[in-house]
Amino acid sequence: MRRLLSGNEAIALGAYHAGLAVAAAYPGTPSTEILESIARLEGVYAEWAPNEKVALDVALGASLGGERALAAMKHVGLNVAADPFFSASYAGVGGGLVVVTADDPGLHSSQNEQDNRHYARAAKVPLLEPADSQEAYDFTRLAFEISERFNTPVLLRTITRVAHSRTVVETTAERPALPRASFKHNPQRYVLVPAHARALHPQVEERQRQVAAYAETFPANRVERGRGRLGIVTSSVAYHYTREVFPEASILKLGLSYPLPEKMVREFAAGVERLLVVEELDPFLEEQLRALGLPAEGKSIFPQVGELTLDVVEDSARRAGLLATERPSLPAIPTVPLPPRPPVLCPGCPHRSTYYVLSLLGRRQAKADGSHQAPQLAIMGDIGCYTLGVLPPLAALDSCISMGSSIGMALGVEKAGVQDKVVAMIGDSTFLHSGMTGLLDLAYNGGSITVIILDNGTTAMTGHQEHPGTGRSARGTVTKAVDIPAVARALGIEDVREANAFALPALRKTLKEAIDSPAPSVVVVRGLCALRNREPREAAVVDPARCNDCGLCLRLGCPALVKREGGVEIDQGLCVGSICGLCGQVCAHHAISTREL
Amino acid sequence: MQLDFLLAGVGGQGIVLAGDLLAEAALSIGLDVKKSDVFGMSQRGGSVTSAVRIGERVYSPLPQVGQAHYLIATEKLEAARNAAQLRPGGIAIVSDYRLPPLAVSSGAAAYPSDDEVRAALAARAARIYWIEAEKIALALGNRKVANVITIGFLSHMLTLPAEAWQEAIARHVPQRFLALNHEAFARGRAAAAAATSTPVEA
Repeated sequence: MRRLLSGNEAIALGAYHAGLAVAAAYPGTPSTEILESIARLEGVYAEWAPNEKVALDVALGASLGGERALAAMKHVGLNVAADPFFSASYAGVGGGLVVVTADDPGLHSSQNEQDNRHYARAAKVPLLEPADSQEAYDFTRLAFEISERFNTPVLLRTITRVAHSRTVVETTAERPALPRASFKHNPQRYVLVPAHARALHPQVEERQRQVAAYAETFPANRVERGRGRLGIVTSSVAYHYTREVFPEASILKLGLSYPLPEKMVREFAAGVERLLVVEELDPFLEEQLRALGLPAEGKSIFPQVGELTLDVVEDSARRAGLLATERPSLPAIPTVPLPPRPPVLCPGCPHRSTYYVLSLLGRRQAKADGSHQAPQLAIMGDIGCYTLGVLPPLAALDSCISMGSSIGMALGVEKAGVQDKVVAMIGDSTFLHSGMTGLLDLAYNGGSITVIILDNGTTAMTGHQEHPGTGRSARGTVTKAVDIPAVARALGIEDVREANAFALPALRKTLKEAIDSPAPSVVVVRGLCALRNREPREAAVVDPARCNDCGLCLRLGCPALVKREGGVEIDQGLCVGSICGLCGQVCAHHAISTREL
Repeated sequence: MQLDFLLAGVGGQGIVLAGDLLAEAALSIGLDVKKSDVFGMSQRGGSVTSAVRIGERVYSPLPQVGQAHYLIATEKLEAARNAAQLRPGGIAIVSDYRLPPLAVSSGAAAYPSDDEVRAALAARAARIYWIEAEKIALALGNRKVANVITIGFLSHMLTLPAEAWQEAIARHVPQRFLALNHEAFARGRAAAAAATSTPVEA
């Protein structure tokens, strides 16, 4: 059957057709749709785990139970799951175990641009790099076979351009009957005490040699012989750019790119006059080729930073004198300054009110002449929609480093002796991912910081996935919903408050009291994500007779409020008025209202 | 023969779905298709683009800058922003709709004038079609179908069979919105039939 699938859908289907029994993931762009797709298939256990480490733990356990299992995560998620990932390489697998890392060259939606191919080398596991959805489907099935044949986890590395592109997939398999799960007791492998692990390490090294030999015959490691003098080694989507920009070149396309098929690479290099490597981000293949003594050129021509595109590959090649033809010039576009359209907190976003209060307490709003006061408060942030609180006019965020880091970092700022009051901002899903241990540290070691948990009832940034606080599973079934204030109390925080995100005066009072208090405190600010709230709503309107153009409401940074000559209007298509009402609470002249429904 | 399309708009306008409909329609007549979306954080009201490449054998999922045969935009500022994606002699289909970004609505920046948008497009486009997608959608009672109206407009210029579009819509649109979307598509297609008899020369 021929169909269009995203890379993520193709991985899900490939795994399903390979007899996948258990899948676990934590949402993260660009990996999220893998687990979402699997959760729609019958006969597979699919879960949102609280974080990537737990997801991999669950998948590894299922593998040791004899079933095929998969854990999916974005690139930085593998940092969280790195601990079991490295050790699973020693322990090996029962049923095939595939770990999917979705890297994000170009940082479309990430905090860094790390190249996770290094993880394959560091943990000594085979690495597969699909270039499109067909390969994503095929390689996922092959990954399970490789995993079982060589008794190793396999790292399947996609990138945003593969994960989120839809390309044609010919599906060739049917889902097999699953084996009966059975845990094979094997403490010499699975109990990694030093004596056992010492014995396993040489086996890991031997396995590397065996997989390298297999890579020589792997069907998706192939040479496309061209007519020119150039020989290009490439992998992943870079293959497609290479194919278009260098139609004459010979190409060695690596699907199983680690461990490297040394003989194949040497033979390829011997048959060409000039050896290039086209790969995204780090010189992962290039450095290995050079270590073999081959005169490979890569990052001296193609950039190490950012996403490759046809244009980037072609322009780089032209600068290096590799292309004979000139690029035809294009008619210039008349330059008009175009206002940017960055992502913003949505109209009706429950995070806006908290940031508004902090922007006032922390003196972050610009003055009428555009100047700024010296900021107060240190506001340590975290990963989620609420990171957008950094944008003006709110500008009430001072850090965003990694999942769950806000609380520990806030404590560190205080322990360093900083005189400012310190606040940590963290979302519900992120708190349950890795914020709880930070909060435990705060209770255990003492401090006076305030932790604001922004509870919008979903994992919003990645597209509204369930989490342990929502009361729904990945499949949508009803399950236990964790009580976040009770967790905070259980961890040892005595001052735990709750506030409604859309009742601004009370929220302001609660936040100010908590921040001023010398005791460590938690404020859980509740308000449903505006994109999920299904209540009927009516847009707010401005009474022009009452509006005196003071601009107070514009300090909320709501996209529905539009500055006009002499006042403000509300975009009736964007405003969710009756489920929000913040601007009406901010307006000193009672000029904004929603009619009662 | 290869055709490259770039669809542009704002998060929430259904650009990804519009690209899916085009890609599926092309797939159904046996062509190779690749489609690539840029979203991620753009779901929160940011710029969104979706590229569709159709041909015998497509390699890169994204076309080269300045090589798109068609630019389809559901918002004017996003049309101007992506004007450089068009190849000389390309065709622009633009919804006559203005959605000011926060920098504009807060008064910190200016929205480009219609003349400026037109000039940016005219630097490359052989034809510019303005379509009242937003107005037609509101007349149909749901502004969210402006994307499908725009795709209906595009469909008039391509030789893909009508059933291919119908099937693509049926595959991607929930049952309860199906009739509305078929109607939206037909309205867009009819608008194109009217507009192409009197094209606006760039």
